[in-house]
Amino acid sequence: MTEIVNKAASLPPHRPRLGLWAWARANLFSSWYNTALTLAFAYIAWLVIPGLVKWGFINASLSGDAAACRAAGGACWSFIAEKWRFILFGTFPDDQQWRPTLAMLATIATLVISADRRTWGRPLLFIWGGGLGFAALMMFGGVLGMDFVPTGLWGGLPLTLALSVVGLGASFPLGVLLALGRTSDLPVMRGLSVVYIELVRGVPLISILFMASVMLPLFLPQDVPIDKLLRALIGITLFSAAYVAEVVRGGLQAIPRGQVEASKALGLGYWQRQRLIILPQALALVIPPLVNSFIAIFKDTSLVIIIGLLDLLSTAKSALTDPAWRGFYKEAYLFVGVIYFLFCYALSRYSRHLETVLGQGRKR
Amino acid sequence: MQSFDGRAKADAAPRAHHLTLSINNPTVRAILWQVGLGLLVALAGWYLASNTMANLARLSIASGFGFLDREAGVQIGESLIATGPRDSYGNIFVVGLLNTLKVSGVGIVLATLLGILLGIARLSRNWLVARFAAFYVETIRNIPLLLQLFIWYALLTEGLPGPRQALEPLPGIFLSNRGLKLPAPADDPVWAWVAVLFALGVLVTLALSAWNRKRQLATGQRLPMAPIGAALILLPPLLAILLAGGGALDVPVLQGFNFKGGMTLSPEFAALLFGLTLYTAAFIGEIVRSGILAVPKGQTEAATALGLSRGTAMRLVILPQALRVIIPPTTSQFLNLTKNSSLAVAIGYPDFVAVANTAINQTGQAVEGVLSIMIVYLVISLALSGFMNWYNRRVALVER
Repeated sequence: MTEIVNKAASLPPHRPRLGLWAWARANLFSSWYNTALTLAFAYIAWLVIPGLVKWGFINASLSGDAAACRAAGGACWSFIAEKWRFILFGTFPDDQQWRPTLAMLATIATLVISADRRTWGRPLLFIWGGGLGFAALMMFGGVLGMDFVPTGLWGGLPLTLALSVVGLGASFPLGVLLALGRTSDLPVMRGLSVVYIELVRGVPLISILFMASVMLPLFLPQDVPIDKLLRALIGITLFSAAYVAEVVRGGLQAIPRGQVEASKALGLGYWQRQRLIILPQALALVIPPLVNSFIAIFKDTSLVIIIGLLDLLSTAKSALTDPAWRGFYKEAYLFVGVIYFLFCYALSRYSRHLETVLGQGRKR
Repeated sequence: MQSFDGRAKADAAPRAHHLTLSINNPTVRAILWQVGLGLLVALAGWYLASNTMANLARLSIASGFGFLDREAGVQIGESLIATGPRDSYGNIFVVGLLNTLKVSGVGIVLATLLGILLGIARLSRNWLVARFAAFYVETIRNIPLLLQLFIWYALLTEGLPGPRQALEPLPGIFLSNRGLKLPAPADDPVWAWVAVLFALGVLVTLALSAWNRKRQLATGQRLPMAPIGAALILLPPLLAILLAGGGALDVPVLQGFNFKGGMTLSPEFAALLFGLTLYTAAFIGEIVRSGILAVPKGQTEAATALGLSRGTAMRLVILPQALRVIIPPTTSQFLNLTKNSSLAVAIGYPDFVAVANTAINQTGQAVEGVLSIMIVYLVISLALSGFMNWYNRRVALVER
């Protein structure tokens, strides 16, 4: 008897399936102002959507030159067809563009593989080393009969990916160290970490990039040449390390004090304690917000246009300066906007998925 | 007696241990670590500083902030105070700072309003409204702000016709590639009357709402104060303006190739303001939504049981509680908006970073230029977060 009752209690409540009309009554026309809102939104959609469809599909030109596009009056997808290689790869030599393609595929594959929780741990180091090493080999070349391509010729999506992935990879250890410093008992460590983190978080990324691009050459001895891409990377790394540090600190503070005390009682030293007990738990907690930091870094790399690097946004902008194709900015920005969106949206969905999956063990 | 002795010994032992100067003593090690790190940082700082001095001397660039008094020789496009090409660098820095404050201040107000609207819209029971808000938030948050600024700037310059074919969405408002032209208050005595009527309206409304509250406590009946107050405050000034006729407003008119009179929002300012507002509002919307969801459902149910309507329950019960969750993350969004306003340099709005960048390019004094950018933003950040912390303490739950 009790078994039957328990089974009934665990069933979800009965939800009748609504017909289309009943659904609309409940969700669109439940009160007079809901009806007004629905009608207003429907009216706006009726004004906007047909025009967009006309522009993007019906009147769009898929081939032909700029004059043909202007005559058709719709979107000029032939501009993208003409410029997509430049927008995606920048000034990388034309006949070598299979190399950045492979490098990007390797980077994306690395990211996708490391999204699988089974690889978390030591294998991840080898996966990242292998994947990014291969990508770097493809980009630089210089061996195996491939021509050497200096970083000055890199551009487009590979550059954006390199800046964000290497920026995150380099800022992660620095951020962990800063977070440990900020939660440390030693006043000098804590003071230096707090000053660094708050200073960097208080100023805009542009000022850090300016510093990296104009002040770094002043900081170093005259005979040390420093590559423009490396300068941007240093700037992005120093900037995002402060944000990563705050995320990691959140994880460190969520670890119960008893864990520290228990590991002290076991006789572990500071670094053993952090490496074996505290960090594994703290980092697992902060993976979803770390993915969000990665999204922020990925979007922020677009700022390197201001210090003259040719990333995905700058290639789109310089494609627009071609006098033969003036004024097709909507197409160009839509194209790169969709690329940015796909990356960021996939990452944010993944972060939300992780939050629910990882949160399950902690939910009672 | 013996137990006391034993305890005293056990207490004394670690104290004696503290005094030994051994590398195994945790206190000694802590001091060594800290001195080591301090030395390392000082050494790195000294190395960088000496390199910088050597490089500056080699490039014969003067150092120090003396350049602030020199004539800059640039004309800043838009400014809140009078400015000209003969101004010193110090003066144009002030112009840039005011422009930064202008766009961030207006942006923060607009982004907050739009963000609250979006957060509520995402929780709306109207399917179409909730879907639209979700679509907006997801799209805006996943595209770089700089790209959005470029799109707005292109739409407002290349996308709009010249002044002669300007769009006129409302009478007196013109939209062309020279910016948005709005009617401005003219130099007319009617504005003194408007101010007086406005102040009177506010006073009468305050008195009426006090009486209304008393009456509600006594009889349970109340007047709908929101529409009455709005009418009392806004209608008399509007009537005065209408009675004054055309003299009250300086309406822009097309003259030759450009507009004359009225107020102008430059395309650069408008693009930056739209971009910052729409971008930050998406983030604030998410914060507002999670804040509202964080209020226990029992509160809504209790409010409904008391007979409050959905709107009243939202205003009197849900939002005041949600505010406590909302304010801290919203503060960091305000700071983000202010810092993001530095992207102005990419679309040519003369904010502080753009002006400082010009100064760096002209004088070569990169160290001072970058330092002043950092100091200005640090001061703004500290002031803003100080104010928001004060406000947060005010609305915080008062507990025993």
